[in-house]
Amino acid sequence: MNDEDSARRRKRSIAIALVLGALVVLFYVITIVHMGPGVINRPL
Amino acid sequence: MSDVTVDIAAEAQQGWQQPADAAALGGRGSVDDYWALMKPRVMSLVIFTAGVGLMVAPGSIHPVLGVVAILCIAVGAGAAGALNMWYDADIDAVMQRTAKRPIPRGNITRGEALGFGATLAFGSVIVMGLGVGWVAAALLAGSIGFYLFIYTMWLKRSTPQNIVIGGAAGAFPPMIGWVAVTGSFDLASVSLFAIIFMWTPPHFWALALYKVGDYERVNVPMLPVVAGADETRRQIWLYSLALIPVTLLPWMLGAAGTTYAASAAVLGALFLLGAWRVYTLREGAPADRAARKLFSFSIWYLFLLFAVLLLEQGIWPLVSRGLGL
Repeated sequence: MNDEDSARRRKRSIAIALVLGALVVLFYVITIVHMGPGVINRPL
Repeated sequence: MSDVTVDIAAEAQQGWQQPADAAALGGRGSVDDYWALMKPRVMSLVIFTAGVGLMVAPGSIHPVLGVVAILCIAVGAGAAGALNMWYDADIDAVMQRTAKRPIPRGNITRGEALGFGATLAFGSVIVMGLGVGWVAAALLAGSIGFYLFIYTMWLKRSTPQNIVIGGAAGAFPPMIGWVAVTGSFDLASVSLFAIIFMWTPPHFWALALYKVGDYERVNVPMLPVVAGADETRRQIWLYSLALIPVTLLPWMLGAAGTTYAASAAVLGALFLLGAWRVYTLREGAPADRAARKLFSFSIWYLFLLFAVLLLEQGIWPLVSRGLGL
């Protein structure tokens, strides 16, 4: 593995991490939007 | 295929083979290579037309879900692009226009492209279904499948009508955007589909006219290769004539107003002018220039047509409500 391959792998890993993080946020936001204001109107 | 073609293809194929340790590293492709695999320029027009479909559809959608819908359509289009490059890697390596794509360059293997494309396709459809709606998701899956199985695998290498029928794949996005809002089909959404469907043949044949050598080398039966340049010019002219009334359909169906109708008429006249120049200029550099100009203009044409529709039906109603007009 040369330096260039290593740099590419590192950038790919960062990109995958960012995409996975974005997906987590996306699913969270979609869930909140689908539940609507009712999300805070529940018995504790 | 000629021997020369086979040699070039064989050499290119060798270029796709990566060292054994490359697989252990997860491949040699850079982030830019994977981005290129998604055909970002095509994706930008897809995002725009899908956005217009979403904005002009009757009813409303939560802004977050609207963004999710557009994102899914964009990723779905990217997936279709990657799967197209996976399947067409052999001819991409030989065609001048596509030889610098990531697979022919040897940066990404076919298997990686297939895995990448399939993952994006599956992911975009699932997120669209769960987040926005299953009708829009089904339409998105259908458009990806149509582009891969019907256009890329079947029609592209078998008939000069490839781009006529295959053009349907690129016509889906505004309809998917519309359906994401309404949850169902109606005639106005089909009219947006029809515009892109009718626009694709003259758009693509203009390109094929000056890239005919590329298609000849790889035995793809594009119209200029099979029927000749003159017949292609005639078909461009006929399809352009048919396109203009189709662009007025949203107005006839009440989904667009007079501003759109007038703009469609003016833009249509300019499109016809370009098509007429392609039809009449048949020799040498002027003929080549006319085809290149029509190809470039056709992209602006579609962009402007949808931009006017967006301004008139999507943005102006919001502004006028905000101003209390």
